[in-house]
Amino acid sequence: MKKILNMFFTFFKIGSFTFGGGYAMIPLIETEVVTKKKWISKEDFLDIVVISQTFPGALVVNTSIFIGYRIGGLLGAVIGLLGVVLPSFFIILCIAVFFIKFRDYYYVDLVFKGISAAVPMLILIAVVSLSKSLKINYVNLIIILVTIASITFFNVHPVLVILLSGLYGVIFLGKKVK
Amino acid sequence: MSELIKVFLSFLKIGAFSFGGGYAMLPVIQREIVESNKWITSKQFIDIIGISQMTPGPIAINSATFVGFKVSGILGSIAATLGVVSFSFLLVSIANHYILKFKESYIMKAALAGMRPAMIGLIISVFLSLGRESYKDVKSVIIGVIILGLLLSNKLHPILVIVISGFLGIIFYSLLPI
Repeated sequence: MKKILNMFFTFFKIGSFTFGGGYAMIPLIETEVVTKKKWISKEDFLDIVVISQTFPGALVVNTSIFIGYRIGGLLGAVIGLLGVVLPSFFIILCIAVFFIKFRDYYYVDLVFKGISAAVPMLILIAVVSLSKSLKINYVNLIIILVTIASITFFNVHPVLVILLSGLYGVIFLGKKVK
Repeated sequence: MSELIKVFLSFLKIGAFSFGGGYAMLPVIQREIVESNKWITSKQFIDIIGISQMTPGPIAINSATFVGFKVSGILGSIAATLGVVSFSFLLVSIANHYILKFKESYIMKAALAGMRPAMIGLIISVFLSLGRESYKDVKSVIIGVIILGLLLSNKLHPILVIVISGFLGIIFYSLLPI
């Protein structure tokens, strides 16, 4: 019981202090779970992160469920998930309640006008940093352009694009990654 | 009730089909909540991304909680958040038993090799559609350029970027007489 509580608070801490999500959260999880609490080994942790990356969904959610399983079975997995999700859940809930009331106030609106101009640039920067891990070749370039065209001009659902590109990878790129 | 189920299923789809975490989840989220179901407007979607940068936790959880609340209150946010993590939970539960098999699964690696460029194309599409929404006047373009400059020249923390852009919003839209 004590371990379960301890686990919950550890994951709650991870969920509370990591801004931006995704990869930013990985070092903090490592510090807490591997270095401080020694619940799992560093090798196991790395394996878990690698596998979690190949799964759909939020990286940190996948990782936390995985680690939870390793530490305390099914109950551990549920505790890991709750711990990491609840902080953002409560914070956003509070913001949503107030936000809907105050969103149209003059200065709040101005602040969000500024933020709205920054958001696409943050996304653009994410594109730049994600592209760094991608090889520049005709295949990749064509996939990128076809994707943009199918979404922007033909209104194709992103899920279809993801499925087809995954299928393409399985059929044509299997030898390269083997 | 039917609305709750719809929210749950929609976020289940988001959790099951968005690979890469973080901004890579935006394309499916945008399609589901803004375009297909019209639960929020593009402007509100940009607001949520901005807020997600300032609050801890994964963007998928943040947007699930926010949209769920907007559609049907606290129950809605619970339904949406459960939806977005359910598939992860299921998949990790399975993988936990067969962890080595997954580690060596070259089919998954091949699929990801195909998906990676498609993800970049999808995120660029999000940039294009949000950019159309955000940059409707000269002032927002100027703010965007300033932010892009800051992002490229210093590795500013996203929270700081959002705070700066909020100030720029007030300065440009209320103080400067252009």
